[in-house]
Amino acid sequence: MIVAELTDVTKAYGAKVVLDAVNLQIHEGEILALLGPNGSGKTTILKILAFIENPTGGEVTFQGEKVHFKNTEKVRLQSTLVFQKTTVFGTSVYNNIAYGLKLRKVPKETRNREVKKALELVKLEGFEKRNARKLSGGEQQRVAIARALVLKTRLLLLDEPTANLDPKNAGILEEVIDTVNRQNKITIVMATHNMFQARKLPHRIALMDEGKITEVGTPAEVFGKLSKNLASFAAVDNTFTGTAKATASGTSKVDVGNGVQIEVAAQKQGATAIFINPQDIILSKTAVKSSARNVFGGKITEITDLDSLVKLKVNVGKPFVVQITKQSFNDLGLCLNAEVFITFKASSVQVL
Amino acid sequence: MADILSDTLQAFQLILSGDPTIYGIVSRSLFFSGTAIILAILWGTPLSMFIAMKEFRGKTIIKTFFNTLIGLPTVVLGLILFLSFSRGGPLGFLGLLYTPGAIMIGQAILVTPILVSIGVSAIESVDPEIMNLAQTLGASESQAQIAVLKEAINGIILSDLASFNRAIGELGVVLMVGGNIEGGGIQTAVMTTSIARDVQISEFGLAIALGILLVLILFAINMIVVVARKGYYIVELAKPPFARFKRRRENKQ
Repeated sequence: MIVAELTDVTKAYGAKVVLDAVNLQIHEGEILALLGPNGSGKTTILKILAFIENPTGGEVTFQGEKVHFKNTEKVRLQSTLVFQKTTVFGTSVYNNIAYGLKLRKVPKETRNREVKKALELVKLEGFEKRNARKLSGGEQQRVAIARALVLKTRLLLLDEPTANLDPKNAGILEEVIDTVNRQNKITIVMATHNMFQARKLPHRIALMDEGKITEVGTPAEVFGKLSKNLASFAAVDNTFTGTAKATASGTSKVDVGNGVQIEVAAQKQGATAIFINPQDIILSKTAVKSSARNVFGGKITEITDLDSLVKLKVNVGKPFVVQITKQSFNDLGLCLNAEVFITFKASSVQVL
Repeated sequence: MADILSDTLQAFQLILSGDPTIYGIVSRSLFFSGTAIILAILWGTPLSMFIAMKEFRGKTIIKTFFNTLIGLPTVVLGLILFLSFSRGGPLGFLGLLYTPGAIMIGQAILVTPILVSIGVSAIESVDPEIMNLAQTLGASESQAQIAVLKEAINGIILSDLASFNRAIGELGVVLMVGGNIEGGGIQTAVMTTSIARDVQISEFGLAIALGILLVLILFAINMIVVVARKGYYIVELAKPPFARFKRRRENKQ
């Protein structure tokens, strides 16, 4: 059964077209991932499906009925969106999670029970009375997910749910997404930048580029047609495409452009896409002599503070995302534009 | 010097003896200004919400207009209101001049720019995502606006408090449209107008007594609001440790 369907949906802000005749079906009980570069229209699709943004053209049906965007109050009760940037009301965790239930006039006893269950699901038991604004970023995002889950809507929309989270919080959330989809049969549409997520969680992937959906299929199908949709994949952290050449020692070197050649522990020839997990990269201030085959020097161009970790973008000709602990970050005395080296093993490189 | 001392002494005697004239003036002041603030909140809060939450042409001009009005000399506003309420004026048929109604409306109009200016900036400082967030959780537009208003509550309380302070300490408008009438029938004398009159007729004891009471009342009201808000935080903050303590006990059992 189809939960929601977009037919020739267009969205423009003035002269800027953000969505260009998008057609997309969302099947009941599935996890659908939207994958694409920034500005490709992923968030706009989610906002339209949450009925907080009106399309400029085209048609949206929800549970078989055409949605009239002049009056979306009823359908909005059946679909909810968790934003990438976590926003919480400046009140207790309980009030945050109970907000939607209060709007739906759920009796207090049921409300208390449901809030408790939702908190257990996101592993925040006993947090009811805490001030939501005083929680860590990861905990706040878990509150945001609990606040959406408690509503048991037909459609759950997640915009980069783990983008700003450390692996521990990200892991908890991925588990929750998987559980609610399997056990509660909640249909989920999520925008993601995370390659692991894109391969692991969704039943289907919709690739997006410049406001269009370029490909829809199972992860196997979509990843099988890599070369056709390079731009969409380039958006994913540490994913590179290039031409591979086998070396005499049994490995291959992939030329990903700008003079960066990455050694891969597999014999490959021709167009290849590769991915390196940000946690598998070692960061140092001097070049480290080791068995690792890939060492590149570059500059730090971006620093993002996660709960216990720091996410860095290092430009070595191509931008690499590296995750290190806050302790290491402080010990190394790193800052923007600092010269650093990144090191990773050929066997850490995954060929897609 | 001796005169000041004896006047001050007399002022304290008047305050402590519960002089009915003084307390009559004080309660009238509180009632008029309290009603004026309620009136101003009734039209000022929706106006603040509209200006802060809606996008429309001339929004900046409207905001600047209200900011400018804060500095409007009260005698100018008093004059405009006097002319409007006087018998030949456009609102003369209401017969409000020199009545409590004129004072309350005058004070409410006077404080509206303060209420709106602070209110708008408080609402605008709320994370714009709150509106979207409430809507994604199923709120209608008006419910989402209330959610935003709740986030701005500290600033809103501040604007109400500043407005009350301004209203109760106001002289120009009240004098011009109220007339400072005491005695039988309609009474419009409030603390500020009485102080001004008492000084003119050299009743310094009465003027000092009213002055002291005015400052004390302002201090008390501001204190109550601060403590009430702090109390709320104390209650909020006290909950987690107790809750933790309770959980620990439950776990032991």
